[in-house]
Amino acid sequence: MTIRPLLALVAAGTVLTACGSSGTAGTSSTTTSAQARTLTVFAAASLQTTFTEIGRQFEDANPGVTVTFSFAGSSDLVTQISEGAPADVFASADEANMTKVTDQSLTAAGAVDFAANVLEIVTPAGNPAGIASFADLAEPDVKVVVCAEQVPCGSATKSVEDFTGVTLTPVSEESSVTDVLGKVTSGEADAGLVYVTDVTSAGNQVTGVEFPESSHAVNTYPIAALEDAADADLAAEFVTFVGGAEGQQVLQDAGFGAP
Amino acid sequence: MNRRGRAVEGSALPRWVFVPAALGSLLFLAPLAGVLSRVDWANFLPLITSESARAALLLSLKTATASTVCCLVLGIPMALVLARSDFPGLRALRSIVLLPLVLPPVVGGLALLYALGRRGLFGAWLSDLGITIAFTTVAVVIAQTFVSLPFLVLSLEGSLRSAGRRYESVAATLGAGPGRVLLRVTLPLVAPGLVSGGVLAFARALGEFGATLTFAGSLQGVTRTLPLEIYLQRETDPDAAAAMSLLLVVVAVVVVIAVRGRRLNLS
Repeated sequence: MTIRPLLALVAAGTVLTACGSSGTAGTSSTTTSAQARTLTVFAAASLQTTFTEIGRQFEDANPGVTVTFSFAGSSDLVTQISEGAPADVFASADEANMTKVTDQSLTAAGAVDFAANVLEIVTPAGNPAGIASFADLAEPDVKVVVCAEQVPCGSATKSVEDFTGVTLTPVSEESSVTDVLGKVTSGEADAGLVYVTDVTSAGNQVTGVEFPESSHAVNTYPIAALEDAADADLAAEFVTFVGGAEGQQVLQDAGFGAP
Repeated sequence: MNRRGRAVEGSALPRWVFVPAALGSLLFLAPLAGVLSRVDWANFLPLITSESARAALLLSLKTATASTVCCLVLGIPMALVLARSDFPGLRALRSIVLLPLVLPPVVGGLALLYALGRRGLFGAWLSDLGITIAFTTVAVVIAQTFVSLPFLVLSLEGSLRSAGRRYESVAATLGAGPGRVLLRVTLPLVAPGLVSGGVLAFARALGEFGATLTFAGSLQGVTRTLPLEIYLQRETDPDAAAAMSLLLVVVAVVVVIAVRGRRLNLS
């Protein structure tokens, strides 16, 4: 009689742990022997291609090491880190988000700048609307999509607007640079403002239009090993590796500038 | 003895059922408590009455109302066809109605884009006629209708099936035409199902996020509904995001309770 409710409780508990375990799988895999070491890197979404490549090279250079990544918007990652997500290294797409982490004393050492990125006009392949300059984006019949001011690419856009005195009337202010790119590659928008590296990675789906005023809004990418890193040495090594010759080469190939 | 006594009282449920049921309820309540714990109460009012928050709430209420109307106009006939007619392919149709329920909203948004976007299957044709949907409030309403229509159709179809056809047959033998039977007998019979289906559709439309973001874009007062505003604000102002999250929860709860209350009075 009394066993049944108990059984149900155990069963329910099992179900709950089963539901929850997928979320914590990343942490439990750090049951390390001396050989197998795991590094968890939280990196800005715009670093997905380059950091995946750098991670592969880092693994090759350090046998037994596995690097896992979580790519998302920098501010999402900051929220997750602040709430205690198991990250060893954080690479941010701007200084403001890194500052949020350093302000909470969550980094092991100071953050290091490792790359820079500037804006570029992106248009659907062939540039059907004939955009040639930043000022062209303000033409009334041009459908331009930008990042909202709250996100790094949006504040860079605002800086360029302020510098040039050209005020854009976008049809949409997206929350992420990938959403801007999506609206352009799908042909919904005539033009968008994204990073040089996004234009490079989008390949022949888009036509990029560089503009000289972009140099007035350079976005710097900082990286830091985190205080709660499971393997502090490995985290520090990865930070050094990104700033080293191999890491910098990968970033440069993707269009990133030196910090 | 004790157990039998309980069963006679009408609660035939074995007691252990309550344990997982309580855990399930906790799964709903815990996140709600989480939101409440994060709200900056001192600044709650200024946060939810900022210009951008008001614009987003107003847009959300307007678009959710418009899409609920669309759901009623399209969904009532769909439910009638599903529940009261019989033709080859009916089962396939029912599966298609379920599709938006199981699709990730982002996929729904992409699908809408491929269909109605400027270069889409039908959108290119509309574009030639000078009609553009993307980046307009119409796109928000289409996205919301797409995701909330199944709620109305399924809920109404269920009501139609359980209501049976007896009264309709009687009305028909008394000489009422099909149109008259539908308006005077069938629909009044399933009014509670219609109301609850409409409320579900409204609530789903109010919370629509992924398809809107993908298909309609995000511009204050035009396409940036409350969920999109929350998503954006949390980038820089987590307090505002938490306050607006609570606002959205409260609006949804008020709508559900208001209609629930009315339904209880009716029946």
